[in-house]
Amino acid sequence: MANPIVKYENVHKSFGEVKVLKGIDLDLMPAEKVAVIGPSGSGKTTIIRMLMTLEQPTLGSIVVDGKNLWQMEKNDQLMDANEKHLRQVRGDIGMVFQHFNLFPHLTILENCMTAPIHVQKESKASAKNRSIEMLEKVGLGDKLENYPSQLSGGQKQRVAMARALVMRPKIMLFDEVTSALDPELVEEVLTVIRGIANEGKMAMVLVTHEMEFAQDIADRVLFLDGGVIAEQGSPDEVFGNSENERLQSFLHRFRR
Amino acid sequence: MITISAISDIFPVLMQGIKITVTVLIASIICGYLMAFIAGFCRLSNNVILRKFTGLYVEVFRGTSLIVQLFWLYYALPILFGFDLGSDFWAGVLAISLNYGAYMSEIVRGSILSVAKGQTEAATALNMSSFQRMRLVIFPQAVRMMLPEFGNYLIQMLKATSLVSLIGMTDILYYGDILRSSNLSQAPTVYLLVLVFYFILALPLIWLTRRMESYSKKGVASQ
Amino acid sequence: MNGNWSWDTFFEALPIVLEGIGITIGLTIACYLFALIFGFVWTILRRIPNKPINWIVTWVMEFIRSTPPLVQLFFIFYAWPMVPVIGMALDPFTSAVLGLGIHFSTYIGEVYRSGIEAVEKGQWEASTALNFSTRQKWIKIILPQAIPPTIPMLGNYLIIMFKEVPLASTIGVVGILHMANSYGAQYWAYLEPLTIVAILFLILSYPSAILISKLEKKMNRRFDKKAIVNSKGAVT
Repeated sequence: MANPIVKYENVHKSFGEVKVLKGIDLDLMPAEKVAVIGPSGSGKTTIIRMLMTLEQPTLGSIVVDGKNLWQMEKNDQLMDANEKHLRQVRGDIGMVFQHFNLFPHLTILENCMTAPIHVQKESKASAKNRSIEMLEKVGLGDKLENYPSQLSGGQKQRVAMARALVMRPKIMLFDEVTSALDPELVEEVLTVIRGIANEGKMAMVLVTHEMEFAQDIADRVLFLDGGVIAEQGSPDEVFGNSENERLQSFLHRFRR
Repeated sequence: MITISAISDIFPVLMQGIKITVTVLIASIICGYLMAFIAGFCRLSNNVILRKFTGLYVEVFRGTSLIVQLFWLYYALPILFGFDLGSDFWAGVLAISLNYGAYMSEIVRGSILSVAKGQTEAATALNMSSFQRMRLVIFPQAVRMMLPEFGNYLIQMLKATSLVSLIGMTDILYYGDILRSSNLSQAPTVYLLVLVFYFILALPLIWLTRRMESYSKKGVASQ
Repeated sequence: MNGNWSWDTFFEALPIVLEGIGITIGLTIACYLFALIFGFVWTILRRIPNKPINWIVTWVMEFIRSTPPLVQLFFIFYAWPMVPVIGMALDPFTSAVLGLGIHFSTYIGEVYRSGIEAVEKGQWEASTALNFSTRQKWIKIILPQAIPPTIPMLGNYLIIMFKEVPLASTIGVVGILHMANSYGAQYWAYLEPLTIVAILFLILSYPSAILISKLEKKMNRRFDKKAIVNSKGAVT
């Protein structure tokens, strides 16, 4: 069996007095698709935000591709990671946000090109070609020179995905990417994600409220409740016949 | 009474002052914006001493009056630096740019802080360094937010340049005062013309401010 | 001039400079009240539904706002008495009240306008639907909503004007700056008395600025809450 590409060990997170995560252990395999479901406030988003280095765990460790994300060794001592270390380790991770977070002062094409050029030091021509290719793939080849404010929510989210994909991540994180969309725009975004998933190369973690979609796409589903992983398994196990009462009542609310 | 002949007498005299007024204005604008960015960034620095020191500068210059600062610098500069050469010019430019730099540094700081947090997060997710995040994502958006206020301060700085006549610089108002003291009955025409001079100088700044306002309306994600 | 700082001079000048504080504060208040009242005039003039008048008023305001208050002060003090028929000689204090008052009234007028424009259109419609007279509309409905949110902004202008008032020393109003300058001229020591003036400004304006920013936060909270109540009211 292959080694996990991401490994959470006893990860805790508190915001002030509030304990959001109380000991998360999780292995993510290369190319594995994991869906995280659970009631709001259960800490789903925090799990992937810590992997993206947007929040620092209060306790525990996250190991990415054999490298400890939040700690580094210096003079044989373990200490908090500095920015250089974080940048080395998080280079293989990409993320798509609930509220898109496109750069409003840049065109769609520039949104995609900027990071490859400045972060990965790719040539401008090559970054541009790949960005155009990626934007065509998400169906926005005709919007290259538009600004984000000129797009619909669904289009914005597709740009955000192209922007993340151009960086060629090994791990993609999706943070409730359809929650801020009008219902009629959800499907176009899900279609793109499905396409990415079917290519199969990347590991993906999807925090989502789209139960059917999770069932359809995930290799494994995690049910997060009360700051711990309360239930996990294949989609059939979790959605089909779990005995966990909290999970039952949570799922019940989505099946009316 | 305002007559054509009076105007044609006064006009060329006032013209002599334009050069000083414009020079002081341009120097103050450059130094003022420079000061605004330096102080604005210092107030966001992680270094506590730098932050507190800049905070003190901002509060002192915003808390006291420009004309007081002008006189103070005029008398203090030769003592502090031991030079006299052109100290009235530098007293004028320094007073105006330090004063408005303090006000505008608050705009710089506020604008940077009000770029939405999601922008920093997206830049982090694209693995940008903190310097790249500032240069490529935060700063370009913050500048757009600063523009309208920066435009308003252009006009404030123009008005402020009239104070340098009080420390003996030969600007428009200085020549106006000379004309008035030589012939008091001409005073209405003289000062009306001085006001018109300033207004004509203000017109391009007003136009620029409106341009800046409309430009800043696009391309920002603020909180 | 004294080459160096002298504490003796400082303490000698202190009581003399302080003599001007009453005039400085008094002039600030007088200018401010004038600007508050005259600001209304601009607001009313700008609401006249006549294009040419509107255009003229807008540009007159723009003219007053974008030319130096110092020159306006000189105009009123030196030039006004020379203006035929309507001109008259004014003492320095009155000139300063008029000069600075008119200058800042154009800013205050804009503050009022922003307050009035912030009142929702529905409020006008509702008061029309309730058959209020124009006078009643303004006094009972519009102004009570338009004025409170502008109070922090108006407070800021009080502080701004306080810092502009020493301009009046140039036409002979004997406030603290004037006292400092005449002490300087007499004893050829400017630095100490001017430092005293700066300290006095700092002492008076800094706490007021803090007070106003607190007031502003409080107001924002109050009106945000109100807005939430309103939007809920609209839903139900």
